[in-house]
Amino acid sequence: MWLNPANPQLGRDGELHHLLSLEGLPAEIMWRILDTAKTFVGVKMKKVPLLRGKSVFNLFFEPSTRTRTTFEIAAKRLSADVINLNISASSQTKGESLLDTVDNLSAMHADMFVVRHGESGAPHFIARHVAPEIHVINAGDGRHSHPTQGLLDMYTIRHYKKDFGSLRVAIVGDILHSRVARSQMHALATLGCPEIRVICPKTLLPAHVEQLGVHVYHDMRQGLKDVDVVMMLRLQNERMQGALLPSAQEFYKFYGLTEDKLAVAKPDAIVLHPGPMNRGVEIDSSVADGKQSVILPQVTFGIAIRMAVMSILAGAKAK
Amino acid sequence: MKIHIKGGRLIDPKNGIDAARDLYIAAGKVVAVGEAPKGYAANRVIDATGLVVCPGLVDLAARLREPGFEYMATLESEMEAAVAGGVTSLACPPDTDPPLDEPGLVEMLKFRARTLNRARVYPVGALTEGLKGERLTEMAELRDAGCIAFSHADAPLADNQVLYRALQYAATFGFHVWLRPHDTALARNGVAHDGQVATRLGLPAVPVCAETVALSTILILTRETGARVHLARLSTAEGVDMVRKAKQQGLPVSCDVGAHHVHLTEMDIGYFDANSHLTPPFRSLRDREALCAALADGTVDAICSDHTPVDDDAKQLPFAEAESGATGLELLLPLTLKWAEESGVKLPAALARVTSEPARVLDIDAGHLTPGHSADVCIFDPARYWKVEPASLRSQGKNTPFLGFELKGRVRHTLVEGQLVYEAK
Repeated sequence: MWLNPANPQLGRDGELHHLLSLEGLPAEIMWRILDTAKTFVGVKMKKVPLLRGKSVFNLFFEPSTRTRTTFEIAAKRLSADVINLNISASSQTKGESLLDTVDNLSAMHADMFVVRHGESGAPHFIARHVAPEIHVINAGDGRHSHPTQGLLDMYTIRHYKKDFGSLRVAIVGDILHSRVARSQMHALATLGCPEIRVICPKTLLPAHVEQLGVHVYHDMRQGLKDVDVVMMLRLQNERMQGALLPSAQEFYKFYGLTEDKLAVAKPDAIVLHPGPMNRGVEIDSSVADGKQSVILPQVTFGIAIRMAVMSILAGAKAK
Repeated sequence: MKIHIKGGRLIDPKNGIDAARDLYIAAGKVVAVGEAPKGYAANRVIDATGLVVCPGLVDLAARLREPGFEYMATLESEMEAAVAGGVTSLACPPDTDPPLDEPGLVEMLKFRARTLNRARVYPVGALTEGLKGERLTEMAELRDAGCIAFSHADAPLADNQVLYRALQYAATFGFHVWLRPHDTALARNGVAHDGQVATRLGLPAVPVCAETVALSTILILTRETGARVHLARLSTAEGVDMVRKAKQQGLPVSCDVGAHHVHLTEMDIGYFDANSHLTPPFRSLRDREALCAALADGTVDAICSDHTPVDDDAKQLPFAEAESGATGLELLLPLTLKWAEESGVKLPAALARVTSEPARVLDIDAGHLTPGHSADVCIFDPARYWKVEPASLRSQGKNTPFLGFELKGRVRHTLVEGQLVYEAK
């Protein structure tokens, strides 16, 4: 194995080989990604040749438009060849195993796999089985992780707030099912954020989440009091079908971000959302489009973050 | 065939023996312990110097995968694994395909097992037809065909009225019912313990209450019906505590834990290791410690292998999609010894959990070395380390979280009914 068994996204030399999760990603690498992303945001976007001649395969086992598109744009701006594979619609339905799919794609001389999968841990599984020269980037797996989203959120916070060491941050909504929330918690903790809060009803709270170093609130007004950053999560419509929540209306009443609730946060608090938004469910339009919202800049930064991750991985050598 | 097992440390928990004694076997039976009977001339002498001689192990749950799952394992491979692990009697759960719900299937299984002439196989019949949880099976017919008990394996039995009726019916005839307490709805889609690891890894969770709610139902219905009930694969601190209290109140229930659960916790999932995907899931350190304490104080009667050979195709998948289960027949003894050593339990008491106690649960004449009774014997080297790897396992299932570990305790000889059925090279 050329990978570090204690942290399978790093090589034995401690360098980033895959980006699978923000848990256990050293702060130094996180800062390097954020710094590298800054160099891509600054310049007027022309093509840069960092990934010329490389093939990036977007392996999307779960439908996604936004994330796939931003990865595609990022790879193209780095001059890579991009192949989009919507796998849920092809081989999986024909009964081909995930391992066979990965083996076949590896044989097509891919350099990078960008993987979105409905099962937690699928990118780890793929990373364990690909050839040593292939890099795997997790583009969202089940409820586990969405590292590039977490990183772009950190980039956004850093852009507006500079220092993580004095921030109070609240993450609001469906924590239980959210890979974004998990990535944010790990990233914030790694970058030195002293107070991370999560706000949600008990049905959407994972067990022992406090052990990740967060404070739990069930009341929005208490949880948002004096925070610098509000990170909203998307509430999937399917959550209303089981017994997790009675209705979108009732969720909005208690946990939807309105101007009124946001007023208890610091006056210069910023509001983030990973998109796509459900207006009137988790966030009110007046907030989403308001002056504290940084939701559109998040999208711009997202491309830079993905360029940074891909260029750093392309620079890493397989041992 | 007369076999003289010489110079070993004989441990027979049921008869309270732990001493340097020779064992004399003739015509399939133990004929003497200690002194040779008059005129005894052995055909073969096994030198057991430095080894432990104990009753053959009795395993309360070993999936042999026949019929229906021959691509995962066959009776041939798993019966070899059993004797290589020192197991001479085993109960197999009904979750085959089709499930063991018809006398013909049970008879075929017993017949096949008998022809192979390895460990004794005790089929556990399905409690409901097709394990669908709707209609009762013909338990008396199944009993006549050779079923020693009835269970629902890991199949959902959501309807409490069906469970109630099944226990009433079984109680009518004195049939033994084995149940793994798990509330199907509370455990729905869950693949890992509802704790910090599932939270970190984003794995759908099985809460502790999935076990305790079902357990509470089972205990109430057991009291109500007077059925003989065995509780299988307890996994939580709260669960064993409920059983401890029930036993203190005089309820005649017994229970077991899986050998892997005595050692591993949710942390062993690591980065989504599908070999650590078991049913019930590995729980917290606190739960594991409670299982060990309950084993030591006798609340838990037996350790079983919960042997579940799974082929690579079914394990080489993302964690939740991978089939659950671990191979266990060859690990049962070393894992029991490891538990004894780590928790300071004396060897005879530890071996009772895999010999005389499970035999008592099964209600069979096994798990002891009394003169005049069948000579089912396991001879093992308690100090010998061996590495768990695909090549060292006879089972077709190579799936275990202990892959790559060095474990202590290697079986050297196994005898069933006085016949040498396994001999280590």
